[in-house]
Amino acid sequence: MQLPPAVHARLAGGPGAAEPLPVERSPKAGAAPFRFTARQVRFPREHEFFEDGDVQRHLYLQDVLTQVAGAPERPRVPEFTCQVAGCCQVFDALEDYEHHYHTLHRNVCSFCKRAFPSGHLLDIHILEWHDSLFQILSERQNMYQCLVEGCTEKFKTSKDRKDHLVRRHLYPADFRFDKPKKNMSPATPRATVQVSAEALGAEGEQVEGDAMEVCSEPAGERHTAGRRKLWSISRTL
Amino acid sequence: MWLRRQGCLRPAGCGVEELRRRRREREAALRKARREQQLISKRLLRDDAPEEGEGGCVAVILGQAEIQQFLQLAQRGTEEKERGRALVSLRRGLQHPETQQTFIWLEGSMRTLVGLLTSNQALLQLEAARCLHELSHSEQSAVAEACLPATSYLLTYLSGHSSDFIELCLYTLGNLIVESEAVRRQLLPQGIVPALAACVQSPHVTVLEALGYALSQLLQAKEAPEKIIPSVLGSTLPQHMLQLLQPGPKLNFGVAVEFAWCLHYITCSQVNNALLITHGALSTLGLLLLDLAGAVQRTEDAGLELLACPVLRCLSNLLTEAAVGAVGEQMQLRDERVVAALFILLQFFLQKQPSLLPEGLWLLNNLTANSPSFCTSLLSLDLIEPLLQLLPVSNVVSVLVLTVLCNVAEKGPAYCQHLWPGPLLCSLLGTLAFSDTEVVGQSLELLQLLFLYRPEAAQAFLQQSGLQALERHEKEAQLQDRVHALQQTALHS
Repeated sequence: MQLPPAVHARLAGGPGAAEPLPVERSPKAGAAPFRFTARQVRFPREHEFFEDGDVQRHLYLQDVLTQVAGAPERPRVPEFTCQVAGCCQVFDALEDYEHHYHTLHRNVCSFCKRAFPSGHLLDIHILEWHDSLFQILSERQNMYQCLVEGCTEKFKTSKDRKDHLVRRHLYPADFRFDKPKKNMSPATPRATVQVSAEALGAEGEQVEGDAMEVCSEPAGERHTAGRRKLWSISRTL
Repeated sequence: MWLRRQGCLRPAGCGVEELRRRRREREAALRKARREQQLISKRLLRDDAPEEGEGGCVAVILGQAEIQQFLQLAQRGTEEKERGRALVSLRRGLQHPETQQTFIWLEGSMRTLVGLLTSNQALLQLEAARCLHELSHSEQSAVAEACLPATSYLLTYLSGHSSDFIELCLYTLGNLIVESEAVRRQLLPQGIVPALAACVQSPHVTVLEALGYALSQLLQAKEAPEKIIPSVLGSTLPQHMLQLLQPGPKLNFGVAVEFAWCLHYITCSQVNNALLITHGALSTLGLLLLDLAGAVQRTEDAGLELLACPVLRCLSNLLTEAAVGAVGEQMQLRDERVVAALFILLQFFLQKQPSLLPEGLWLLNNLTANSPSFCTSLLSLDLIEPLLQLLPVSNVVSVLVLTVLCNVAEKGPAYCQHLWPGPLLCSLLGTLAFSDTEVVGQSLELLQLLFLYRPEAAQAFLQQSGLQALERHEKEAQLQDRVHALQQTALHS
């Protein structure tokens, strides 16, 4: 297919529309038995017109076309230690350090040293655990905000919020980042047991416990949830 | 402007012929899947460069006992590195479908994996996530669905900061999304759309490409037009998507490909294209088209059709919106350079990907149908002859070419004056010899317009044995009336 040089030149030129030639239609045009009418066409999603392009797209995704593969090997650097006070992890790859830093040191509560996966959860934690004004206000209005990004609901109690997370957002009942605050009152027996830190605890001795205990039904939950199965995996097994 | 990853997933000892055969098989399977509306593709991120030495990417089958052993070691081992290595071994095993099956049926295995995913040990988190990723890539629904307990955490981690980890979570989510409606019925209430919307502001190109992939899988779902696209349109995603498609030094090819496909799934669903137009989709995509044509000219052709295809589709569908007339000048598509760019792309398709010619011509139809200005551009840029050169490609292409020419001719004598004298008549005599009824039918329509607005062309037609060309179709039911009418017109001219 030969293109006149004017085409390439035009592409390189400035924006602009052609001054249209005068339009002058005759009523005989497209009159029976002829049927042509100039019209724009649209194709819906599943139309077979798209078959070829869709197949090419999926070949690409399946790596056949461009042989996209794993990331190149990470460059190794001389070993270095994490500089955060109290942390003595050693690394020999920057990406490993990046992940370590973001997981353990980035969103850390300055009051209790717990680490959170995001700034959003850290903010909620500080508000609910360390803000005395929050406690006062929560007696009069709904202050416990839903944890799901984009949901603006607020609740009277942390339990109500959990119910909402489970029912409305299909979250697991033992969602790791929504543990109730440790309650010092001796009146409520089981509920006082803080089974695992609400988040990724920086305390050394709780480390092992966290990893394991998230697998069992937390005591506090059992008290309120009755015999309900907490792990959705049990549906699929 | 090229894909970040260039590598080789080719199994050792695979010749070119073998590769071609596999590709043909894959292509056939994909076509079949699409016709059954079951088009599912997953993307696998594999990190194991050292694997190649061991005779290619050979996955190990692990038995129940071994899996349990690795899990226990990962959970309770004393040294973090040792625990990490246990998970690496597990992951290698999980590359094999049999291990995957054993794993998901093993009591407590997923629970343990999720526990490790949410642990406070960064290395374990990452390795657990990689195991999950392998599972998500499985072709067996049961395996992918077994990953459901992890989704709330994967979504939570999207608001984190570790770009590699987020990328992994996104590809895993993308694979799960496409698995079944059941999975999406969980992910939607868990807030996947707002989570993706928050994540789209990441400065990391790898995260963005992964996000685009996950979003494209979500938008491709059968129930997307009713259940997913409205909330996507209601979020900040459309503006960000368009920003990521703007040509310029920041445009990343891999990212653009994903978001262009996202936009295609949205626009062809016809949910609220007017909204996209008000966000400037037409002008952004128009500029991107110019950019693509420029890249083709510089012969940077590596995979450009992967981006060109969805861009063409979006433009074609968006042009049909009534809203186009209602927005301001800048939001519309009037730039003549678009026609020039389109032809450069058509030429490129002819060489590299002829199956995309119909899509390019579809855009040309939508540009020219109601636009005297674009029709004039076709004439002033001398594009009629190049258009005619596409006629022999296929029947579908011929019909589209003839339709575009009809778009020009129906605008009246001033336009037909440029169509004849010229090569058009000769080409039409050629297409009249085709056996395809639609091609011939469209040729007859064009002839009628030409004879109407340029009567001298009818005389020339007669002189070039036009009547004989028409006679062949006198008995064809769909064509007879028009053939007869044209014979009369020609004889009386």
